[in-house]
Amino acid sequence: MARLKSNYESSAWARFLRWMKNGSGRMERDMVRSLEAEALPNGRSEERQQAIDSAREEREKRDRDNERAILDKLQSWSARRGSRLVRYAYRFAAVAICLAVIYVLLIAVSEEPMFGQADNPVNNEVSARYIEKGVQETGAVNIVGGMILDYRAFDTLGESHVLFIAACSVLLLLRMNLDKNGRPTREKLDAEADDRKYEPHNDVILQKVSNLIVPCLLLFGIYVVLNGHLSAGGGFSGGAIMGAALILYVNAHGLTKAGKHKLFGATVFKYVTFCALAFYALAKSYSFFMGANHLDSHIPLGTPGNLLSAGLILPLNIAVGAVVAWTMYSFYTLFRKGDF
Amino acid sequence: MESFWQNIPFFCILLCIASASFTSVLPRRAARALCVAVILAVIVMGVALIGPIVRLGHPYTFMMGHFPAPWGNEIRVGLLEAVMAVVFPSIMLLSLLGGLNRFDEHIFEDKQRFYYVMLELLLAALLAQVYTNDLFTAYVFVEIMTLSACSLITARSKGRTLSAATRYMIMNLMGSGLFLLGLVFLYGMTGHLLMSNIREQVAQLASGGAYRDTLTVTVALMSVALAIKSALFPFHTWLPDAYGYSTPTSSAVLSSLVSKGYIFLLIKIFYRVIGMDVIAETRITDILFVFGLVGIIMGSLSAIREKDIRRMVSFSSVSQIGYIYMGIGMGSEAGMVAAVFHILVHGMAKSMLFLASSGLVQVSGDSKFFRDLRGSGFRNPIAGLAFAVGSFSMVGIPFLGGFISKVYFAKAAMLMPPTAMLIVLLVLAASTILNTIYFLRTVITLYRPAVSEMPYEKPRLSPAFALSMLCLIAVNFGLGTFSQPLIEAIRAGLRMFA
Repeated sequence: MARLKSNYESSAWARFLRWMKNGSGRMERDMVRSLEAEALPNGRSEERQQAIDSAREEREKRDRDNERAILDKLQSWSARRGSRLVRYAYRFAAVAICLAVIYVLLIAVSEEPMFGQADNPVNNEVSARYIEKGVQETGAVNIVGGMILDYRAFDTLGESHVLFIAACSVLLLLRMNLDKNGRPTREKLDAEADDRKYEPHNDVILQKVSNLIVPCLLLFGIYVVLNGHLSAGGGFSGGAIMGAALILYVNAHGLTKAGKHKLFGATVFKYVTFCALAFYALAKSYSFFMGANHLDSHIPLGTPGNLLSAGLILPLNIAVGAVVAWTMYSFYTLFRKGDF
Repeated sequence: MESFWQNIPFFCILLCIASASFTSVLPRRAARALCVAVILAVIVMGVALIGPIVRLGHPYTFMMGHFPAPWGNEIRVGLLEAVMAVVFPSIMLLSLLGGLNRFDEHIFEDKQRFYYVMLELLLAALLAQVYTNDLFTAYVFVEIMTLSACSLITARSKGRTLSAATRYMIMNLMGSGLFLLGLVFLYGMTGHLLMSNIREQVAQLASGGAYRDTLTVTVALMSVALAIKSALFPFHTWLPDAYGYSTPTSSAVLSSLVSKGYIFLLIKIFYRVIGMDVIAETRITDILFVFGLVGIIMGSLSAIREKDIRRMVSFSSVSQIGYIYMGIGMGSEAGMVAAVFHILVHGMAKSMLFLASSGLVQVSGDSKFFRDLRGSGFRNPIAGLAFAVGSFSMVGIPFLGGFISKVYFAKAAMLMPPTAMLIVLLVLAASTILNTIYFLRTVITLYRPAVSEMPYEKPRLSPAFALSMLCLIAVNFGLGTFSQPLIEAIRAGLRMFA
């Protein structure tokens, strides 16, 4: 004998029959019930109001539940578990691919020659000539300086233009525009005000310390640039030191005060970069042309170890140093949404 | 050094680099004039170089500096390099002229000079990559190309271009990183950066069986790096936004120069750095072949779904890049010739499509959607004609460049084993049908009567735009009808290359 259903109303068969009869789904059933609930007690107005409120709350809650139930039914799998599953699969795949690539790269590295062995392929006639004849051929005591600015000067010419192009990209992207009369736009003024809010106005300690440090930093930067062909350093590192000094000055004294100096203006930046890079490109064009055509370039190498030696390396270091310093400073001011 | 003309490649590169810093301080009009003059000068010098190279009959190397090759930098000039050094600046000049009429609309006036700086440095980087004989120089100029391409996208400051440029930057820097990693591996194994020396060493290593896995990994790293940068199929996600929303000149330059420069560098690495026999052993070409085939189909399918004309043209680029990689992946000389020829065809046709679509958009109330573009072929006849010609070339209608390259792809497929041949021919057929669906649908849309009688503003006919369109139409017909000398030049150039 079949088991007797304790609640026939909710059995599948009963629901099917109901559906056949008048299409009563869950929503319609609820609607019927809510209509029943609307039958309000007559009586005092407060009581009536309370009943209305509670009925409304109940109705809203029911609506929300209904909505959720419908959404569940419609998109439960694809919207919830499906998307979560896909997300997990993506994460898992990303991690797995990364691990696989790391494994492959580690295997490749382990096959490479050990670092620092005497018979490595990198210790060939190329590096031998750099080390043995570098000083004699380039006039630079700092072999690295001689390599990057004389032996492989074409690469370095490209490298310094990477910096230039980065500066131009930032200018293209971030520099605020002046309006038709050459005055700053509203947008620019707002951005500057926004910046000034977080700026240290009169931080005495910072100002005094920076007054003390900035000249030393600038001097040291100039020293590193000028001695690029004699000791460790050169245009890039010395320029970075000078740029850091300029940024420190702006941080301590604020853009408005720094802006009064011509040194920090956009025009100076424009012309310093232009002069340095134009000199670099033209000097190197001349030297390449002479070298490639086996002509004498008439650039004296001087005595290795003297300040004025190593041919073009010293002036090129100065040019690179200027570009790096001003580019770093302009990056800083532009990224603070300010102009300069 | 034998004669003065051998200095020409050096002049071209240094002229572009030196003019960049001058352009950055000039006012707008002077900057534009200087930029156009520089590109024109590079084209003229490139044309002047071809004759002597053909007479010389073999490639020559040129010392960049005082020191000979393994110590200093060096460039190497052959016929293929010379052809590329004419085609690339020509496309750039036509793209610049064709997009000039929208510059004032898209780029702030006082920032336009930086745009010209980017173009000049991009051209310098392209030329340096085409000519260089040194792998590290190639890397330096890959960096310049990445950065300048990125700011070509952001030149039109708009939400979508900024997000597209961010995505472009992330993907491309990943490519640069992988390329540098491959370069370091190669340097560690061979101790050289000069391409010819690396090749000698690699041949020795491969015959001795040393560093087998590292060599495979290196080749894979470099291929993946350049595939990411040139938007081969699974790495194409940065492409549609980057091409679809930037100013038309940027789209044209990016699609027909930047990605092609990377592909040319990859071909160069295969031939001149690793050597095709070693490449064939690593079977990396098979992988490129498969992804090329998948890319052809997937790019077309994505293009069919687009309702935006610029994005549709962008997705078509994915499919065409797939063709080029399929040709490289065939691993045969015939396949490579077809691939290099397709680089030229696609460069010419795609820049024209981007510029023409911008001309059409301009007369349709600045809407890029097909429903608004109805009848725009009548409103801007020359842009409509150019778009139609470009579409027909991409579909592969005879007398146009695309037909010739498809014929050469099919001919190259005939030399492959039967299964691969069948697959290539089937994919070519399927792709032609898919191309027809989306390109001809667009052309028909352009010449249907407009839906609404919206008062479209009559565009001022820009002479530069018309000139650029007419030149590009002529070049596309020229590639389709007088392709033989060019194909011969590419074949001879590839022989000189190896």
